[in-house]
Amino acid sequence: MTAPVLEIDDLSVTFPVPKRGGWPWTKPDLLHAVSNATLSIAPGETLGLVGESGSGKSTLARAIVRTVPASGGTVTWKGQDLSKMPPDKARAHGRHVQMIFQDPLAALNPRMTVGQAVAEPYITHYPDTPKAEVRRRVQEMMERVGLLPTLLNRYPHEFSGGQCQRIGIARALITEPELVVCDEPVSALDVSVQAQVVNLLSRLQREMGLSILFIAHDLSVVRHISTRIAVMYLGRVVELADAETLISNPRHHYTRALISSIPIPSPKAERARPRPILEGELPSPLSPPSGCVFRTRCPAAQPDCATRKLHLEEIGPGHTVACHYPLGSEALRRVKPEL
Amino acid sequence: MTTPLLQIDDLSVKFSTPDGTVGAVNGLSFDLDAGETLAIVGESGSGKTQLAFATLGLLARNGRAEGSVRFEGREILNLPEEKLNAIRAEKISMIFQDPMTSLNPFMRVGDQMAEVLQLHKGLSKRRALDESAKMLDAVRIPDAKSRLRMYPHEFSGGMRQRIMIAMSLLCKPKLLIADEPTTALDVTVQAQIMALMADIQRDFGAAIILITHDLGIVAGACERTLVMYGGRVMETGSTDEVFENPTHPYTLGLLKAVPRLDVPQRDLQIIPGDPPDLTALPPGCPFTARCPLAHEPCPKIMPKLETVTGTHLRACHADMEDVT
Repeated sequence: MTAPVLEIDDLSVTFPVPKRGGWPWTKPDLLHAVSNATLSIAPGETLGLVGESGSGKSTLARAIVRTVPASGGTVTWKGQDLSKMPPDKARAHGRHVQMIFQDPLAALNPRMTVGQAVAEPYITHYPDTPKAEVRRRVQEMMERVGLLPTLLNRYPHEFSGGQCQRIGIARALITEPELVVCDEPVSALDVSVQAQVVNLLSRLQREMGLSILFIAHDLSVVRHISTRIAVMYLGRVVELADAETLISNPRHHYTRALISSIPIPSPKAERARPRPILEGELPSPLSPPSGCVFRTRCPAAQPDCATRKLHLEEIGPGHTVACHYPLGSEALRRVKPEL
Repeated sequence: MTTPLLQIDDLSVKFSTPDGTVGAVNGLSFDLDAGETLAIVGESGSGKTQLAFATLGLLARNGRAEGSVRFEGREILNLPEEKLNAIRAEKISMIFQDPMTSLNPFMRVGDQMAEVLQLHKGLSKRRALDESAKMLDAVRIPDAKSRLRMYPHEFSGGMRQRIMIAMSLLCKPKLLIADEPTTALDVTVQAQIMALMADIQRDFGAAIILITHDLGIVAGACERTLVMYGGRVMETGSTDEVFENPTHPYTLGLLKAVPRLDVPQRDLQIIPGDPPDLTALPPGCPFTARCPLAHEPCPKIMPKLETVTGTHLRACHADMEDVT
């Protein structure tokens, strides 16, 4: 196997949250947004990351592009620890990792023309490029994402949501990065436009050999574009497998619940769909449950789930899961024969 | 034959803006029977929300509605405010997309709910609060009594939407209009809310109009489906008919563009182009510019809604056999 471009090892991100009614010098509570996440992305691969809001998937993305500091663990780029990089090198490193955001209109400066917006990252990283060369590259990039180069001098508000997301993609790809972090890139788009953007991303990935970290809450979109999928719950990665295995043979109870709560656009299939609705909502990340964090909502939870330590364990080739009683296992059949 | 609960006939909604007149809804007609669930499906800009706003007299000041909206046989379109207020909340109530912005952040949830009953039913504050607690119970908010004293920000998104649903049901309305009720929510919470809506439909017997862009939730929740594009009806029929046997290129395109978990992975089919510019709609079919089957009459003449079978109607010039 080729060496991964990005390795995340035991990464944690915590935010201080002032105690209610505390003094200014009272030690703040710590909110664990990401706890001990370990992931890697191979060249040309798409790693999907799914989870509900509050599961820490966006924070993980931000830690990778280093807009939030990690409080523990390492992010390694081709064998180089990013947190130990000197600031000037870290800035230059930015051209290898780019990001695409959820709300395409909010991510663009309303006072910059589209041409300026797309050129900006390139000029930042290659300040000595002649103007004509920048212009040529911008035009080429616009064509690649399916926009007419004649639209260069328009402003973002003149474009529809789907077109703005194309501009966002052009802006991210103009520095020819090796990894693109997409944070819910299609969640704000209409169904018909969503398909356009997903197909565009997969085409550009093939053409440019990109690695993609694709974050979304919609498992059906993620499955569509991803090689492998990681499922996050309350800051922890609870299951990781290649896309088809994860969908057809989920082993974590949370993954199964996620899959079964996605409605199917077919009345017949919908009537036949089993409905193990997940009760309740995400517990507060300020005081996560002890042991397995999912045990408060898990249909197969056992008393020892609250106390035993939990790790991601390999359960099949390339399939890891963090559960003491994974679906279809002997241990689960002993305690709950009906599952 | 009994009169339908809601009859909308040739409804048009227009907005005058500096860029010209925006035609959000253009000559739309449909009926809804008591206790029925109807899904109105469309993308942003299809006019589905303005249709609901016009029905309830909630249009923005530059908006104008024409045509006819009859509720229980009575014309309610463009009624003066005080007459509408007697219908809103008591007979027809609405659930909005974003529960946070539709609740008053400065008022305790109990006070907001009680206010509805005090105003419309003339109950005392104490009795109104009791009723509100019962309703919160009905939407499965645990510990309802003490929750009444909390403020909206103390609830999660799913809980807030439950409160909105509870509030809209306080006066036992005959018609509930839900405008994208689960769009802002996670899939697991969405499943909970949709199950709740189904129970409510059963227990309260209200007719529901579900406005959404998500074909998945329509398939599970509604008996009838109406597909809108550019302010016009493209196709309507029972949900089974529309989903199993789509006869309009737009419906078909939408269905093929949705990634599905239950079928093997395939390339997503796209609908090329962007949603229509509502200031410059063609006189004919608004979908023409994106339609793979568009031909000569399409941009000029709007096709009539024609019967396919029984209640299944479509508005399209293309041959039925070509829509596959």
